[in-house]
Amino acid sequence: MRRSVIPGFGLSFGITLFYLGAIVLLPLCALILKASDVGLAQLWTILSSPRTLSAIRVTVTMALAATAFNAIYGLLLAWVLARYEFPGKRVLDALVDVPFALPTAVAGLALTALFSKKGWLGAPLDALGIQVAYAPLGIAIAMAFTSIPFVVRTVQPVIEDLGSDVEEAGRSLGANDLQILWRVIFPAIFPAFLAGCSLSFARSLGEFGAVIFIAGNQPMKTEIVALLTYIRLEEYNYQAAAAIAVAMLAMAFAMLIVTNAVQAWNLRYLGRGDA
Amino acid sequence: MSHPTSERAHTEWMVTPVGAGPMTRRVVLGIVAILTLLFLIAPLALIFSSALSQGIGTFFNSLTEPGTQHAIFLTVVTALIAVPINIVFGLAAAWTVTKFTFPGRTLLISLIELPYSISPIVAGVAYIFVYGSQGLFGPLIEAMGIKVMFALPAIVLASMFVTAPFVARELIPLMQVQGTDEEEAAVTLGASGFATFLRVTLPNVRWAVLYGAILCNARVMGEFGAVSVVSGNIRGQTTTLPLQIELLYQDYNVAGAFAAATVLTAVALLTIVIKVLLERLSPDHAQAPARPPGH
Repeated sequence: MRRSVIPGFGLSFGITLFYLGAIVLLPLCALILKASDVGLAQLWTILSSPRTLSAIRVTVTMALAATAFNAIYGLLLAWVLARYEFPGKRVLDALVDVPFALPTAVAGLALTALFSKKGWLGAPLDALGIQVAYAPLGIAIAMAFTSIPFVVRTVQPVIEDLGSDVEEAGRSLGANDLQILWRVIFPAIFPAFLAGCSLSFARSLGEFGAVIFIAGNQPMKTEIVALLTYIRLEEYNYQAAAAIAVAMLAMAFAMLIVTNAVQAWNLRYLGRGDA
Repeated sequence: MSHPTSERAHTEWMVTPVGAGPMTRRVVLGIVAILTLLFLIAPLALIFSSALSQGIGTFFNSLTEPGTQHAIFLTVVTALIAVPINIVFGLAAAWTVTKFTFPGRTLLISLIELPYSISPIVAGVAYIFVYGSQGLFGPLIEAMGIKVMFALPAIVLASMFVTAPFVARELIPLMQVQGTDEEEAAVTLGASGFATFLRVTLPNVRWAVLYGAILCNARVMGEFGAVSVVSGNIRGQTTTLPLQIELLYQDYNVAGAFAAATVLTAVALLTIVIKVLLERLSPDHAQAPARPPGH
């Protein structure tokens, strides 16, 4: 440690380590310990059971669908907030924070009522033969709602910082709007866009509250991994609960590594842009 | 979160920027307006309209129902315990990683942010394996006659897990930018460490602390997954407000569920309003380097 004239390292470091140790690390270690008790063969049996596999498939597919929707809507929102002036812009900017501020249970309740067969949006969709609530599509909607701010808030500052010079250079070289958008603007915001999408995907994989209201939760059809963990726990099947929870933890770590790599690339990219 | 527009963006445009043509602008704004109306505004409007659908009398009756009253009480108590502890931790953590350099500093920052990446359900299950009857310390604390699981302590602990990064993450980028010069000057002039913290550091970061605290409070009051696992969902005893919403909904008391939901929605909207006000109040907060958002 570099000698510092500022005192208080011991105390603040102690508080930090105690909180992280007791609140965050202790339970995670206990979970991993419990899962290691299960044994590799048994772990594999639990994770490769049809019901677990189906839950994983539903969760990953719907998280991908939610992320795809957020990629488009999030990009448009970020673009509009960064480049246009219009009445109600401040309100729209504040509205983007709603999914983070609104508890997931409230979001789930509202989305279920909105998309149920008698709901404001569910009724017209039902007339078209599209079922959202109590169907896989509902899971994707709930995941998209709870994670939309990630894409917007990651991309928005990058679009705001885009200089006019590169666009003008493109224009003076004879490029049209689409060419500038595709060849100049999109490459510049791509790392941030990818970072936002991976954050959105990671959040969708672990979402619970909003999804269980709207999903209908039928085993093998609309049951997500997080709910299956919860169900195993309620059945006092601690082995299975530990096994699935550890698999989710592993998935979260994998996503953390991907997201960090993308973000490091993003920051490097930004650094180069400013140089 | 409004981001400061950079110097370069203020420079005069020599040509029409991409997407600024009246036609493109209209189409893009139109698509965003429709999607936002359907996806972000409709759910909010529906919460209030459903809660009031059976009249204002039913709405207030639902809110004063004993189960919901107790849930509100429990949620407030949980926030009153978890948020102040989180503020102390956030200040200590930010002070540690921004005022000192030491080996493992980056690792410590990653650890502080770790709970963001973990599903609340996993956090809840992990707590069962510490304090549950099957857990590491379960039998020990049971023998001592202390009740942690399926009671207030577990609810508070799980809430503290999911919100661990909230205050620290607001403070770290800001205190990084502010550096250590002012503290070093204070200490050199003879101020004690505690006085330096109280009279130099804290005034510099007070808005960021408040900002982190209100975000933390919103999350504690709204946490569902982790609390759902560790609380055991004992009716009238360990149901926090989000759990009460689910209970009422499962009882087919939709009006009651929506009435309870309006309380949390009001907290969420108030949080956003305070956030916007704080961002306008504190230019120093906006100057912290851009970073990806948290949950």
